[in-house]
Amino acid sequence: MVPSFAILGTFVLYPIVQSFVYSFQNVTIGGDSTWIGLQNYITLFKDQQFWNALGITLEFTIASVLVLIVVGFILALLLQGESLANRIVRSVFFFPTIVSLVTIGLVWKFLLDPSIGFVGGIFDLVGLPPVAWLTSTSLALPTVIFVNIWKNLGFAMILLLAGLKGVPQERYEAAELDGAKRGQLIRYVTIPGIRPTMLFATLILTIQSLQVFDLVFVMTDGGPIFTTDTLVNLLYRDAFVNYQTGYASAISFVLFLIIVIVSALQLRFFRYNDVD
Amino acid sequence: MSTDTPRIRRADPINRPQVRNPFQALRSTSKWIFLGIGLIAALIPFIWMISGSFRSEADLFGSPSSLFPTSVTLHGYIGIWQQLPFLRLVLNSFVFAGVTTAATLLFDSMCAYVLSRMHFRGRTIAFWLVLVTLMVPFQVTLIPVFIELFHFGWLNTYQGLIIPRATSAFGIFLFRQFFMSIPAELDEAARIDGASHWRIYWQVILPLAKPAIATVAILNFMNLWNDLLWPLVVTTSPDMLTLPAGLTLFGGQHITDHAVLLAGATISLLPIAIGFFFAQKYFVAGVATTGLK
Repeated sequence: MVPSFAILGTFVLYPIVQSFVYSFQNVTIGGDSTWIGLQNYITLFKDQQFWNALGITLEFTIASVLVLIVVGFILALLLQGESLANRIVRSVFFFPTIVSLVTIGLVWKFLLDPSIGFVGGIFDLVGLPPVAWLTSTSLALPTVIFVNIWKNLGFAMILLLAGLKGVPQERYEAAELDGAKRGQLIRYVTIPGIRPTMLFATLILTIQSLQVFDLVFVMTDGGPIFTTDTLVNLLYRDAFVNYQTGYASAISFVLFLIIVIVSALQLRFFRYNDVD
Repeated sequence: MSTDTPRIRRADPINRPQVRNPFQALRSTSKWIFLGIGLIAALIPFIWMISGSFRSEADLFGSPSSLFPTSVTLHGYIGIWQQLPFLRLVLNSFVFAGVTTAATLLFDSMCAYVLSRMHFRGRTIAFWLVLVTLMVPFQVTLIPVFIELFHFGWLNTYQGLIIPRATSAFGIFLFRQFFMSIPAELDEAARIDGASHWRIYWQVILPLAKPAIATVAILNFMNLWNDLLWPLVVTTSPDMLTLPAGLTLFGGQHITDHAVLLAGATISLLPIAIGFFFAQKYFVAGVATTGLK
């Protein structure tokens, strides 16, 4: 236990406290830090860049999670059987989950490239004009969201599938004996049965989406004109490019707070305590 | 290929026999048309990536609507070794992901053994501390850890890359849950025979925990192999970059030949794809039970 706690203490627990302290300081790496109270947070709330990144992160998260849960659930329903075909199709859908976002971002960036990309090629073939997916201010964000959904769909499907299979067979049988029709089975057996898993999947996907970085960094680096600039991108730039360390720590705490609030809201929304 | 689940914690729902419920009536042609479109969308990027890595620039620009090369060229795979310190990137990725995973398995399982088998004051607090580290987002600790590493002089070193990641709260948690499901009578029997804690851990508990070891090992290796933010922050010198960081940084600046980058992307995908092919059930089970990937 000693090695684990030495590492967790040095590289996780202590830094949590340290990060909180930094967020009230003007930090110079390798130099002196001065206490500036709430100044970082005040600057943050007046910063246009921060509100922009916050809005984009929320938009990215809401759109991604909604589509992932709905389509992921449909896929889980369609593919819950254990036939060979179902299992193979599940594997194919699941595969992008384990591939790095760098690889996926890179390949999609090229696929969508107007001059060499397959997507542009097909558009040209059927007579559609070329589309500047990643360099247009209105299309870049929806495009990145699409790629995120493409990557995580199999992940959402597998999470929800586990919930679907966890609904005890006896509940269906009992409801059928009581004369429940198909719609009633779904309403009174399936949906209550998978609610904990729905919650789990929604929480995990939301937290992940709020922390999006790799995909944006590889595909657009926040551009064009900051239309895909997410909170973690902003944090990375302020901390490791502009060396505004204290300011970036304040961003990280705001991100943390948002994650806590959103998680609490979702727990309430799904009335997690009512189940089981 | 199957999506069976090894036993993690109790009997896992995925492993149960076929469930018959109202949705199974949905099996029809329209289902397979819908899935067919989905399958095409899921597969084309990978097919295009692999085929693109064998195509010349002229071919890519000349016939973008084609999914396959008109003539196969290996210049992407040759160029990647010449235009990047590619051997170094691959090596760094293997050292980073491999050594860190090995250390994590050892430290996490030892820690979990103590938390599940030994009784001491503060055990509950220790477990809660593990849970806290599990919940705080990685970005919160990133900046202070960077500054710590700066003071240790560990930036751009293997120890800087590896040691802060050499234990994971999620691994401790998973191992602890698994160890709790192993009957205590087993180690009591061993203790009566005079075995020490170390021997019980090494010869009784660990051999029974193979599914948990496989799950933690696979998820950890995959996460580290694919990670971008951490290597990007800790390393800046081209000699110390890992594959994802190298492809991102060099891809943006030096390389204009698409086949070269696609070849790099294909090679970086290989170890994970091969692992997935042979141990798919551990990938799926790990992801489904932990929600991590």
